[in-house]
Amino acid sequence: MGSDSKTVHTVKFIAGDSLNIPTLKVLRANGSLYKGASAPSLDKEQALKIYQAMLYTRTLDERMVAAQRQGRLSFYLTCTGEEASCIGTAAGVQSQDMIMAQYREQGALRYRGFTTDQFMSQLLGNEHDLGKGRQMPVHYGSSKLNYMTVSSPLATQIPQAAGYAYGQKLSGIDACTLCYFGEGAASEGDFHAGLNIAAVLRAPVIFICRNNGYAISTPTDEQFSGDGIASRGVGYGIETIRVDGNDILAVLEATQAARAFVIEHKKPVLIETMSYRLGAHSTSDDPSGYRSREEEDVWRDKDPISRMKNWLVDQGWWSDAEDTVLLEDYRGRLLAALKKAEKCSAPPIHSMITDVYDRPTANLHDQYEQLLVHIRQHPQHYPKSAGSI
Amino acid sequence: MATMNLLQAVNSALDVAMAQDERVLCCGEDVGTFGGVFRATSHLQEKYGKHRCFNTPLTEQGIAGFAIGLAAQGHIPVAEIQFADYIFPAFDQIVNEAAKFRYRSGGEFNVAGLTIRAPYGGGIAGGLYHSQSPESYFCHTPGLKVVIPRNPYQAKGLLLASINDPNPVVFFEPKRIYRASEGEVPEMAYQLPLGQAEVVSEGTDITLLAWGAQMEYVIKASELASADGVSCEVIDLCTLLPWDVTTVEQSVKKTGRLIISHEAPRTAGFAAEISASIQERCFLSLESPIARVTGLDTPFPLVYEKEYMPGYLKIYDVIKQTMNY
Repeated sequence: MGSDSKTVHTVKFIAGDSLNIPTLKVLRANGSLYKGASAPSLDKEQALKIYQAMLYTRTLDERMVAAQRQGRLSFYLTCTGEEASCIGTAAGVQSQDMIMAQYREQGALRYRGFTTDQFMSQLLGNEHDLGKGRQMPVHYGSSKLNYMTVSSPLATQIPQAAGYAYGQKLSGIDACTLCYFGEGAASEGDFHAGLNIAAVLRAPVIFICRNNGYAISTPTDEQFSGDGIASRGVGYGIETIRVDGNDILAVLEATQAARAFVIEHKKPVLIETMSYRLGAHSTSDDPSGYRSREEEDVWRDKDPISRMKNWLVDQGWWSDAEDTVLLEDYRGRLLAALKKAEKCSAPPIHSMITDVYDRPTANLHDQYEQLLVHIRQHPQHYPKSAGSI
Repeated sequence: MATMNLLQAVNSALDVAMAQDERVLCCGEDVGTFGGVFRATSHLQEKYGKHRCFNTPLTEQGIAGFAIGLAAQGHIPVAEIQFADYIFPAFDQIVNEAAKFRYRSGGEFNVAGLTIRAPYGGGIAGGLYHSQSPESYFCHTPGLKVVIPRNPYQAKGLLLASINDPNPVVFFEPKRIYRASEGEVPEMAYQLPLGQAEVVSEGTDITLLAWGAQMEYVIKASELASADGVSCEVIDLCTLLPWDVTTVEQSVKKTGRLIISHEAPRTAGFAAEISASIQERCFLSLESPIARVTGLDTPFPLVYEKEYMPGYLKIYDVIKQTMNY
């Protein structure tokens, strides 16, 4: 490319925002479909599974923010407002496909089958946490569910997803990788490295940019110029689509098509889901310092969950009564599981030195023994570990 | 056995590894058809196909991230960073991602198969950005292994061990002696143990410790000292992380003296870590202060490269000072 470019003889710049990529919309707020739109392949069972994962995630987030306010969790971070972006995409791929998340995609993990007890164990870092209590809350991961453990550094998962997907391609298996990131993370070097390398090496990866309007306090117009993140995909030679991220049917349909494409052509796809982070960045953040109630209310009216509920009710697949019952059930289960998880012990102290390497090295053994001697000398100072050694 | 230089030994290790296991892949800038700017991956694409030995776009963070993903998926990537001086864009991927992959996931995931190779070091008129020895940055990172060979035999055996080791390994190759260092190397596969130093020659008066290209200077200095009647014990550390403190400790308890030499700048160089650990263990055996012969605390200079380098004469002088302390 480059040598077969057309020739011109006058100076003419191409406008930086001239791509003007349209947004796919299928489902209206009232639950009806747009004219000319059709629902994606979706039976009642999967529709309810998606909806229930969305409702569960909303409830989990509400309860856990409350628990953090009560001092029961150190930290929390919600998916609120973006449930369709996360769950619609997870539902559009297969269970053998790897998911590499940023950190706000607990809905996708729930859709995969992460249990309430597993959520609570990770959030509290107790002895049952798959991550052995090593990471802050919301850094979930499960090899069984093909959900790569979340890490805090932003965008690092993007070139990794390219590599993971290239490995899947070489293995000759029917699988791809789903890689999430926010529009803020798309400013990181790893985003550009990852998209370029995936395109050039033809890795079957679906990149999902959750454009939710804010990177902590920084709005999109202070994050990038031009036509959003989708235009970057086109720049890297990647098949790209922009969808209404609050429209579960649009998200699902785009992802189903993306999966079919990446598997058939062994090339990446970029999906930009346009949505809004209705909650704070995290429990350490207060959005009132940088955005208005009025702005939030506009997006609250576009709530992806009520939009899907209206559609389900229209299909005759769901009712308000069932909704109320399920919501109460989730609330009860979450609180009970939280109480149960709080009573569990911390992971054993020896787990401090395991998994650094495949087995602890000599210096780790030495340092661990020295630590135990010290703890035994000052047990009152180390209540978490003193009783168990 | 065949006579190989250090580059040919690296190439032979990659060739053997790729032949043994189809999960082994080589990637990096210019490693494909061209075989790498130093030719370490020569003919591997021809032999094993473009899908297993391939060029990547020019992005070190991308190469490292991509290789991490490959390793997490179950492949065994050997990623080349063209010069160690250019590894810093990949620092986040190596230090925050590869090194912590197993720990942060509680063992749910790992990058067992990952090896990152990079030519390092001065002496080739490379100036600031084709000469650096960045090993100590990586030695400060739990979860990584850091390996540096001194000759062709070590290069092949240690590289094969690094590729087979179930942990991420950063493998620095001494490019000054890529072609100058020649020796007998088995054509078949063999491994040398990681985390184990090698006593290159035994002695009783003083221990000289180094790694990589610096070993050539240390051995030459030991020969000069030997002519003066000083018996030097020469040790190649081979693996810097985790390093073999026991072998060094035993040697220093015998000789009572230790000189550590590296090309990297002195302050917070890896000799500082070794000095601290050895004085903790050998305090009562020491006959003189532990000495360091290193690069200066400057960026790597161009026209005064020879003055900067911790050459054999500098080491020889410090041997005399240490013996006469």
